[in-house]
Amino acid sequence: MRYSFMTTRRGFLSALAASAAALSLPRLAWAAEPLKIGLILPLTGPFASTGRQIEAACRLYIARNGDTVAGRKVELIVKDDTGSPETTKRIAQELIVQNKVDILAGFGLTPLALATAPLATEAKVPMVVMAAATSIIPTRSPFIVRVSMTLPQITQPMAEWALKNNIKRVVTLVADYGPGLDAEKTFVKRFTEGGGTIVESIRSPLQNPDFAPFLQRVKDAKPDALFVFVPSGQGTAVMKQFAERGLGEAGIKLIGTGDVVDDDILDAMGEPTLGVITSFHYSAAHPSAENKAYVEAFMKANNGMRPNFMSVGGYDGMHMIYEAEKKTGGSSDGEKIVAAMKGMSWVSPRGPMSIDPTTRDVVQDVYIRKVEKKDGHYWSIEFDKLEKVKDPSS
Amino acid sequence: MIGNFVGVVFDGVAYGSLLFVISIGLSVTMGLMNFVNLAHGAFAMVGGYAAVVMMTRFGVPFLATLPVAFVVSALVGAVLERLLYRRLYRASHLDQVLFSIGLVFMSIAGATYVFGSQQQPVQLPAFLRGQVHLLGLDLGSYRLFLIAIVIAITLILTWLVERTRFGAAIRASVDNQQASAGLGIDVYRVFSLTFALGSGLAGLGGGLGIDVLGLDPTFPLKYMVYFLLVVAVGGAGTIKGPLIAALILGVFDVAGKYYVPQIGSFVIYVVMVAMLLAFPRGVLGKRG
Amino acid sequence: MGLPTQKWSKGEIIFWLVPIVAYFLFPRYLTLGSQIMIAALFALSLDLILGYARIISLGHAAFFGIGAYTAGLLAKYGWGEPISGLVLAACAAALVGLLTSFLVVRGEDLTRLMVTLGIGLMLFEVANKAAFITGGVDGLSGVEMRKIFGVFGFGLDGKTAYIYSLVVLFIVFIFARTLVRSPFGLSLRGVREGERRMPAIGVSVTRKLVVIYTISAGIAGIAGALLAQTTQFVGIDTLGVPRSADLMIMLILGGAGYLYGALVGAAVFMVLQDYLANLNPVYWQFWLGFLLVLIVLFARGGLMGGVLALRRRFMRRA
Repeated sequence: MRYSFMTTRRGFLSALAASAAALSLPRLAWAAEPLKIGLILPLTGPFASTGRQIEAACRLYIARNGDTVAGRKVELIVKDDTGSPETTKRIAQELIVQNKVDILAGFGLTPLALATAPLATEAKVPMVVMAAATSIIPTRSPFIVRVSMTLPQITQPMAEWALKNNIKRVVTLVADYGPGLDAEKTFVKRFTEGGGTIVESIRSPLQNPDFAPFLQRVKDAKPDALFVFVPSGQGTAVMKQFAERGLGEAGIKLIGTGDVVDDDILDAMGEPTLGVITSFHYSAAHPSAENKAYVEAFMKANNGMRPNFMSVGGYDGMHMIYEAEKKTGGSSDGEKIVAAMKGMSWVSPRGPMSIDPTTRDVVQDVYIRKVEKKDGHYWSIEFDKLEKVKDPSS
Repeated sequence: MIGNFVGVVFDGVAYGSLLFVISIGLSVTMGLMNFVNLAHGAFAMVGGYAAVVMMTRFGVPFLATLPVAFVVSALVGAVLERLLYRRLYRASHLDQVLFSIGLVFMSIAGATYVFGSQQQPVQLPAFLRGQVHLLGLDLGSYRLFLIAIVIAITLILTWLVERTRFGAAIRASVDNQQASAGLGIDVYRVFSLTFALGSGLAGLGGGLGIDVLGLDPTFPLKYMVYFLLVVAVGGAGTIKGPLIAALILGVFDVAGKYYVPQIGSFVIYVVMVAMLLAFPRGVLGKRG
Repeated sequence: MGLPTQKWSKGEIIFWLVPIVAYFLFPRYLTLGSQIMIAALFALSLDLILGYARIISLGHAAFFGIGAYTAGLLAKYGWGEPISGLVLAACAAALVGLLTSFLVVRGEDLTRLMVTLGIGLMLFEVANKAAFITGGVDGLSGVEMRKIFGVFGFGLDGKTAYIYSLVVLFIVFIFARTLVRSPFGLSLRGVREGERRMPAIGVSVTRKLVVIYTISAGIAGIAGALLAQTTQFVGIDTLGVPRSADLMIMLILGGAGYLYGALVGAAVFMVLQDYLANLNPVYWQFWLGFLLVLIVLFARGGLMGGVLALRRRFMRRA
């Protein structure tokens, strides 16, 4: 509905008459309906920090951009996924059937997204994945749009950087589960394609992370670098052991994905992280005006908590939802909303990003960063980047 | 890789030593009071957090926080024993398991509330960091320290149990409660002191373990298996049994992960199940 | 108290009317309802070994998971017929139960606890390693169910799932109830109360325990299969130790050894969890622990124990 003719008196009177007519009608399912977003996040358990970051970012977006979009009031319904796929699916079902949400969002872990996918398809509700990182997710439902990242997408540049920087022999150490194996597969493929040698691929058990024996094995293998992927909480243990065993002194570089130096706990991890080189799609130290403002606003609204890569997933997810609503004029039609999201591109605090229209997956710049100490705090400082990286398996 | 065998054994012994320090309290508790206490890890956690608070809030150097960890955990143990545990000595093992699980949940939630769910950092003094070059090998300084501490504790405990009256009282009560009471030993006082001692040792282990095992609110659940394993395999009620079990488990775990990383995590479970089937009462078990 | 009969009391009849009424009263919460019934079935299986045979197991989720993966894999690779899938899953779980029963029928409580815990942990690792079959941590998706009897499909409203779960629960419950009130069930009670004396009257304790353990495993497998079929997904958490621990808590909450305790405990636990988790997720764990401590200290029979005690007092007054 365009009101460009409001400037003429005839236009104004017509609009007035139309409004009066509209208000006098008993029930009009027009833009008066609030925009309900069901946000399913890990609020408890080992991944609680993910939920915390995303929720904070979503609320920050609403605070900075207003709680109304395309004439509709935005209502955020936040639920704990309890880490269980059956509970997440049930909650999503209740959100759709009981709360009548227009959009489902969040999804901190892959199994939760995979379990919910058929529901999104059946109910024709858009599903905005803000965190989960396995490649196959958007293929499971035509209503899934992802704004976070995929592990292969951010791992491949690390392999490429290693090849360019005289690293010829690498040992990979990943946690033995889906994302870890994804990272290992991608790195090994790219690195060996480029002529590098993988000396060994070690997988550490997910449940008990005592890295001592694994790192000892790495030291004995004498590679040029150690590529690491472990879930966010285990990064400290790896780096501590790395330092304690003198792997750095033995001339082994530590490279990995940014999960290992998660901004949420980077400062607390402290000294062992210095010099660690990682590839990732977001650093809280990203030197853009948007990011500076974002980080400042985030820390102010959240007691000094530093935003991490999970938070931008939330922030950009909200942005994409808002823009899609503006584009479709406040629609509740799932297919229309998803169509509006496809191909969308904007500048996020992380840098420029877009949504691939065919795969509905995120396309973004991936940065190579090094941990340095600035003003008494530890940051991942970007020094190289690969632009417009897509998920390699698509 | 054979040359590294010594290194692997060393690491395994260090790891096992840590498990021993934490689990010895559980062994004595179980052997003495026949109480299946799954919440033992919570006492270790309490000690760990006490050490962290001392370091971060009061700037106390790491080594000085260890006695504090011991004392705090011992006190918490003494209080809980008096108020709660004592009521369940005659209860079934199932009830004890459930009760202690309840305590574990409460401790995890409490720790999350007070400290947050992230890993706690620890600042080791410089001389304990890095490695020492000894006999042609690079040995972790901290792990050497751990082994030294465990040797000291084992010696002290052995002296305590075998050379003091209190130790005699413990041994008597483990062997035959009724007869001991009949001889005028205040069995309940022995229980209280032993429980406090065991909890204190767990707390000490918790503080020592921050660097190796990490410290976060899920600590009691994460490592519960290992503590129970040590006691079940080693046999409740002795000191030597859990020591041997802890060392075996530590070495096998580390060696398994080093030599066959693909199945590294299985090794410890297979060893445990095998040993439990072979020795249902523990390797040197006393309790029937 | 006298020997139990197979007659149904008034209270029991009223109890079974509740889920039927709930179907009409809470049409938007049917999925929660079917998940409660699955949990109840699972708790029932544990009651048979824990409440009636005094076997402490922290690894019962292994059978739940085996049932879930069997049903899930069958459906994923073409065999989407629900009922036969359910039966096959039960058989698979029961078989594994039979094969591992020798581990739990001897030994002390602590040993049994450790062995079951160890097996649970090992199975979790196996499922993770065999990710090419199980999907590992990402779970098994693409589970497509065909319609029950060719008519009732599993849909968004959760109606088919609810009725299916209820019918299966009821049928298995009747089986379990008949079992515990039969001579076999009585001999189990004998084992529970005086294990050492049973051989003196010619009862083979080990054989009885193996039988009940196998049956219990089969029932746990049915519960797991139900979950896989009604949610069309199998997560690796179906075999995890936290699930076994939650299960024990549900059973104790409701009271072990009554059969109805398992059902009541599961229902109360899941409803409370849903409600409290929405209020304040972090404190849920604290209050659960607190409740557990209170029950063990003051109300050992759980909810059923309390209800029966009240009824006795009532009847004495009347």
